Amino acid sequence: MDRVCERLARIVGENYVSNMKEELYIYSQDPGMMEPREPDYVVMPKTTVEVQKIVKLANEEKIPVIPVGGSLSLSGLVIPHKGGIVLDLKRMDKIIEVNERCRYVVIEAGVTTGRLKAYLEKHYPRLRFSIPDAPPSATVVGNIVIHGQGHLSQQYGFNSDMVTGLEVVLPTGEICKIGSCSVSPYWFSLAPLPDIAGLFLGWFGTTGIITKLGLRLYPRKKLRDIEVFIVEDPHLVPDVVYRVTHTEMAEDIFVNAQPYPPIFKDIIMMGICITGDSEEELEFKRRMIWNVLRTYIDSKEGGFMMTTPDVKRALLEMPITGTTRFADVMKGGGFEYCGPIIPVEKYPEAYKKLLELSSEYGVTYGNTCRVIGRGHCMMFAFGYPFNRADPDNMERTKKALHESNVASLDIGGVPWKPEVPAQKMIMARMDKNTLELMKRIKRFLDPNGIMNPGNWEG
Amino acid sequence: MYRKLVLTLSDFKLKFDQKLCETCPTYDCLVRCQYMNLDKEVAKIEMQKMVRGENSFVLYRCVTCYACEEYCKRGNHPFYLISDLQEKNSILPMPKPLITQWINTGIPTKKDIREFWGAVEPVISLCLFPEYINSIEGKLFEGFSIVVGRYFFCQLAYLHFGRPSIIRERLSSIIENIANHGFQEIVFFHDECYSTFTSYTQAYGIQVPFRSVHLFEYLYGRLRELEDEISPLNVKVAYQRPCSSRLAPEKEHFVDDIFNLIGVERVEREYDRENSLCCGGIIRGQQRYDLFVDVQRRNVVDMVNAEAEYCVFNCPMCFASLSEAVVKRDIKPIMMHELCRLALGEVIKS
Ligand SMILES: Cc1cc2nc3c(=O)[nH]c(=O)nc-3n(C[C@H](O)[C@H](O)[C@H](O)COP(=O)(O)OP(=O)(O)OC[C@H]3O[C@@H](n4cnc5c(N)ncnc54)[C@H](O)[C@@H]3O)c2cc1C
Ligand code: SF4
Ligand code: SF4
Repeated sequence: MDRVCERLARIVGENYVSNMKEELYIYSQDPGMMEPREPDYVVMPKTTVEVQKIVKLANEEKIPVIPVGGSLSLSGLVIPHKGGIVLDLKRMDKIIEVNERCRYVVIEAGVTTGRLKAYLEKHYPRLRFSIPDAPPSATVVGNIVIHGQGHLSQQYGFNSDMVTGLEVVLPTGEICKIGSCSVSPYWFSLAPLPDIAGLFLGWFGTTGIITKLGLRLYPRKKLRDIEVFIVEDPHLVPDVVYRVTHTEMAEDIFVNAQPYPPIFKDIIMMGICITGDSEEELEFKRRMIWNVLRTYIDSKEGGFMMTTPDVKRALLEMPITGTTRFADVMKGGGFEYCGPIIPVEKYPEAYKKLLELSSEYGVTYGNTCRVIGRGHCMMFAFGYPFNRADPDNMERTKKALHESNVASLDIGGVPWKPEVPAQKMIMARMDKNTLELMKRIKRFLDPNGIMNPGNWEG
Repeated sequence: MYRKLVLTLSDFKLKFDQKLCETCPTYDCLVRCQYMNLDKEVAKIEMQKMVRGENSFVLYRCVTCYACEEYCKRGNHPFYLISDLQEKNSILPMPKPLITQWINTGIPTKKDIREFWGAVEPVISLCLFPEYINSIEGKLFEGFSIVVGRYFFCQLAYLHFGRPSIIRERLSSIIENIANHGFQEIVFFHDECYSTFTSYTQAYGIQVPFRSVHLFEYLYGRLRELEDEISPLNVKVAYQRPCSSRLAPEKEHFVDDIFNLIGVERVEREYDRENSLCCGGIIRGQQRYDLFVDVQRRNVVDMVNAEAEYCVFNCPMCFASLSEAVVKRDIKPIMMHELCRLALGEVIKS
């Protein structure tokens, strides 16, 4: 055991630190395309104070620190591009508090989406959070850090818009609370204080480590159903979304296109979820949605798909496990998607580009989009499963992903959870003063540049 | 060695006797239609238009329930005529994307098996319903080979989509494929397949080189062999007739025969037998939401009022579209062959 390892062991206990090759290997990669790179140490703290001590040590030793949740963000955001200490937060898995009346939860950084879902279903069946379709081992905090989106995003915005408070360990080791919890025992909201939560959201752990999160919960209705509207013409999608969001009757709205199985070929599916406490409520919402799309039905350009209970069940799952199964459709364990956030009106252009790239590079695709806010924007996934054991397939996928990022920016979108090269593309197009402000913030918060280096570096 | 049968599109012409309609005393095909309220005079005018190949509002309002094929007692084929005319006049019973979706669904993929080597009689075709493979077991199906997938898909569903030409385009290769397996006789799980290879092919003069066996006819025969092992179920059931059974009404008596054998009571209700209602699936697909709700509601309320404990299905598609609605009213949905297996004391995996 080397000196750093020994110091880390003194902080977290010997069982929770490692520099063994086989463990470093695991943390050297994620399922995506970015080049693997091994960390020097892996450490699993249990408490905020342990995190604080590790960060202080890293500053003294000038060693990078990479916070890691479920490692499922896919774009190399947890790969230690410059080595250092991987801070695996999974042991910090306490659900600290649920305030049922104020509808919020306070959790530690390692709580997974699967665990929070199960916990709420068991103890607070009338409450839910905006679960993403990531595998259940993804952490809620990891999802917030990358501005994730979930099943309630159409109604309430990005999952990061649902943050009510944070506890962070700054890159220099101070523990800092943000939001109402900085003044009061309650974690109900960020307002009315100056909003500094944004210093830690979307930064991929380069500005500090979130150790606790306050998150809004929402009413969980007893019943949930789905209507699937299908069209052939991608130009109809923005207006369908506009009309349906106008009704304010829908819960989640997603848009899917994929070449397999044949029932999905040549069509675009819009899944419109509805919820209700009674059949009457569901029926009312369903009818509102049918009515608002009537002109497309009458012109025969669109219609509601005939769904069997099996198909419905699959589409109503939370998370939708079909997404995870699709991710491995090529076998060989590779999956990455470029999921820019785009204006909904740009859907047709993005869709056209996806088909072009898929055919140009001979790669299969899966396209899932999620409407965020009442049509305020959407995440458009250029999703490419690939076979890691097939270098040619990997190379073609890499090119398709690169082109997808370029296309996203060209149409006016912004790549979501971009990998390092895409971050550079974004920064190259970013307003210069904004970029300078980001750099100043980063230098101010992280003077030694130890936090997840490589990311958001201009 | 793969044999090619000599079947061409021109072989497929509907045998429709105009004279029968001109002299029809009832015009029952349209008068009895449950989805259009037509008197005999209007029915006659519209039928005559269609017989002349002209447009009619019937072509737009038809829900494609197939029932008029049964209502016509003079051996004509009013629904096949309607379907051909819908296509001729480019009338789409459903929105375009749903039609595209279903046309694509029938095209074999790499995963579909064309030749089931080793499949020998007795053989049952599961059409496009692989999800039922595990239910084809137990004493009823001992020794059966199963064939399944798009190379066995009877294509008749395109009658609902106003695209009967697709049936004609694809059917010859399906028939060829079944024949090339050397099967003399094949049991069809889905009675839509049975009706295709009997009613539809006869109506269009298509030769079928094997004998088609209706599932219920087979089940009845097999249950007779196993009669000693049957424990009467003593339950009240409603039977949900599928559209395709209208093309083979001569097999309907097997429903009662089976029920009698396994000790279930078919409840007396308004929407049964020739008066039965569509499961609603296609009506919803046609985007006639109000009608869909009304038809399903009337159907299920009728079952509830008749105190049915089970709703017995013949068709997996009806099961998919109506089972949720019956469950909500505490009626158990079940496929006929599974009900029969229950009577033999077998356990049905859900
Ligand atoms: C099949 C599939 C489907 C998906 N569907 C969705 C979806 O519907 N919606 C969606 O939003 N995402 C989706 N994702 C993407 C991703 O898996 C999720 O967003 C997931 O929640 C990310 O969480 P994680 O714990 O895996 O984060 P990680 O990958 O571990 O981390 C993400 C980033 O956050 C940083 N980080 C992690 N924890 C902290 C912390 N405590 N403090 C500071 N920084 C931290 C990491 O350094 C990294 O930069 C999907 C992924 C897959 C594989
Ligand atoms: S199809 Fe039959 S019932 Fe209808 S008019 Fe002709 S003969 Fe009469
Ligand atoms: S198929 Fe059904 S709906 Fe259409 S005309 Fe015949 S009976 Fe009426």
